[in-house]
Amino acid sequence: MRFINRRPGLALGVFLAALPFVAVLVAYIIGSQMRLAENPSDKLLPAPATIAQTAERLFTTPDKRSGRILLWHDTAASLIRLALGVGISAVLAVIFGLLIGLQPHMRAAFSGFVSVVSMIPPLAMLPILFIVFGLGETSKVVLIVVGILPFMIRDLSQRVIEIPREMIVKAETLGASSGVIALRVALPQLLPRLIQALRLSLGPAWLFLIAAEAIAADQGLGYRIFLVRRYLAMDVILTYVAWITALAFAMDLMLRWLSRRAFPWSEAAL
Amino acid sequence: MFKKSLLAAALIAAALVSPATAEKKTDFKVAWSIYVGWMPWGYLADSGIMDKWAAKYGINVEIVQINDYIESINQYTAGAFDGVTATNMDTLSIPSGGGVDTTALIVGDYSNGNDAVILKGEGDLTSLRGKPVNLVELSVSHYLLARALDSVGMKESDLGGVINTSDADMIAAYATPDVQAVVTWNPLVSAIMAEPGANKIYDSADIPGEILDIMWVNTATLADNPAFGKALVGAWYEVMGLMAAGDEAALSAMAEASGTDLTGYKAQLASTKMFWTPAEAVAFTASPALKTTMVSVAEFLFDKGILGEGAPSADFVGVAYPDGTTTGDAGNVKMRFDTSYMQMAADGGL
Repeated sequence: MRFINRRPGLALGVFLAALPFVAVLVAYIIGSQMRLAENPSDKLLPAPATIAQTAERLFTTPDKRSGRILLWHDTAASLIRLALGVGISAVLAVIFGLLIGLQPHMRAAFSGFVSVVSMIPPLAMLPILFIVFGLGETSKVVLIVVGILPFMIRDLSQRVIEIPREMIVKAETLGASSGVIALRVALPQLLPRLIQALRLSLGPAWLFLIAAEAIAADQGLGYRIFLVRRYLAMDVILTYVAWITALAFAMDLMLRWLSRRAFPWSEAAL
Repeated sequence: MFKKSLLAAALIAAALVSPATAEKKTDFKVAWSIYVGWMPWGYLADSGIMDKWAAKYGINVEIVQINDYIESINQYTAGAFDGVTATNMDTLSIPSGGGVDTTALIVGDYSNGNDAVILKGEGDLTSLRGKPVNLVELSVSHYLLARALDSVGMKESDLGGVINTSDADMIAAYATPDVQAVVTWNPLVSAIMAEPGANKIYDSADIPGEILDIMWVNTATLADNPAFGKALVGAWYEVMGLMAAGDEAALSAMAEASGTDLTGYKAQLASTKMFWTPAEAVAFTASPALKTTMVSVAEFLFDKGILGEGAPSADFVGVAYPDGTTTGDAGNVKMRFDTSYMQMAADGGL
């Protein structure tokens, strides 16, 4: 049997999937123990037990000064920003994707512009974003939109262009107007693609969210991470990182579930 | 497969663990970041003065500029460097609070106007009531604000909140309408004061000698390698001599490296109390006022929760002074002010 055709059994599969996680964990524990043996109050690689204690405190104990459980407040603030940014991007991406994909004038006007804009690094434009949108919530949401929207428009318009021409001609012969073709032919085929584009954009969206919160904020997951970095509280940072990873992973699972549930006819990808 | 992963794991672990262990050695690394009082470190590396002094004591000293100030302190704390430039406050909270025993080798200067509270429009400190203030939270700016509010009997809760704002974006932030007051440091202060309507309502000249800029070194490394301390101190005071004499070439090089011109750099130096001679630095470090400052800094850090959850009180970390006394926990001394090397320079013994 060829090497590429060998498959792991169930037990070996689970073992192989767990292996990289275990390796990273083991590396961390070894590193942490070596450093703590050298200096018992080392902050860089706190022991897993310390992180667990910190995590328990962060999730359950209210802050001394404000009386609020900061982690939940940070999470709420960040998720609202993320939802707004990703939601606005999704709506705009569908609208522009359909227009650029279906209408030649729109394609002539915007497709080059969107390709160029998608290459601009948004973080380099921050001062302009601040002056135009202020330092408040708006600029954080805008940074996420600016960061992921051009890519999503490019992706979705390409998917619309890929719809077989025959299908659109068929709809035309049945008397469908441009609007009906957009809503009844193109849109249903676009939605599963939208979910895929969202899944791919979530990573960058988190990145831009954390960058925005690092620059000017008084709450949020990114704010807290950059704040406690000032005294190297890695136990807090690692808890937040694990929490962000869990949130992002859960969102990805939810989108995948939604895609399978709502569009079972579209081939499951990724 | 499993063996390979374990090997990789061990390699990663080894890469993460490189604490500056104390032993006799010949190669040293020191980190610094751009700030008016630390520009001499860049100059003494570029001009060859550091190499000259290192060669005299038979060692190598590499001087590395780190663009992110806090990252340089974190790297030092993690053990990647033998020394770092930092303020007294950040050193107490990061390396000393993190259990790395650290000694003040060269007390270089104190901020004498370099850090300022700036209000947009007319008013004084009491006008801050109910207003949001943008600053780098938990930094010396935050400490300056706390001292400023103290002076008029206000508290942080009287403000409309503090908004953590990255220093890199402070000037752009100031230009937005939502921002009404900022606390920051030079060269940002000069840039913001150039905007119309900027009104400096409090600065570090009101609390002279409390925000200190110091070259810190690992205590154990210094104890095992006195040559390291001697070389750094010798090189530093050679450059101080040049600067105090107004050496144009040296000052221009430092001005250029800090992104300004000679006039701009001189203006920043004017709001910095440099200790040009080792004797001045020794006298300042040995003065009792330093103890009062460090106690007030420790209380500020404890109040803000910066000393960490393991810190039962503001006295958690001990600080030792040149006269042999300590403040804080004498059983947990992790920060030491030591004038012996600066004294050698003052006595011409290097």
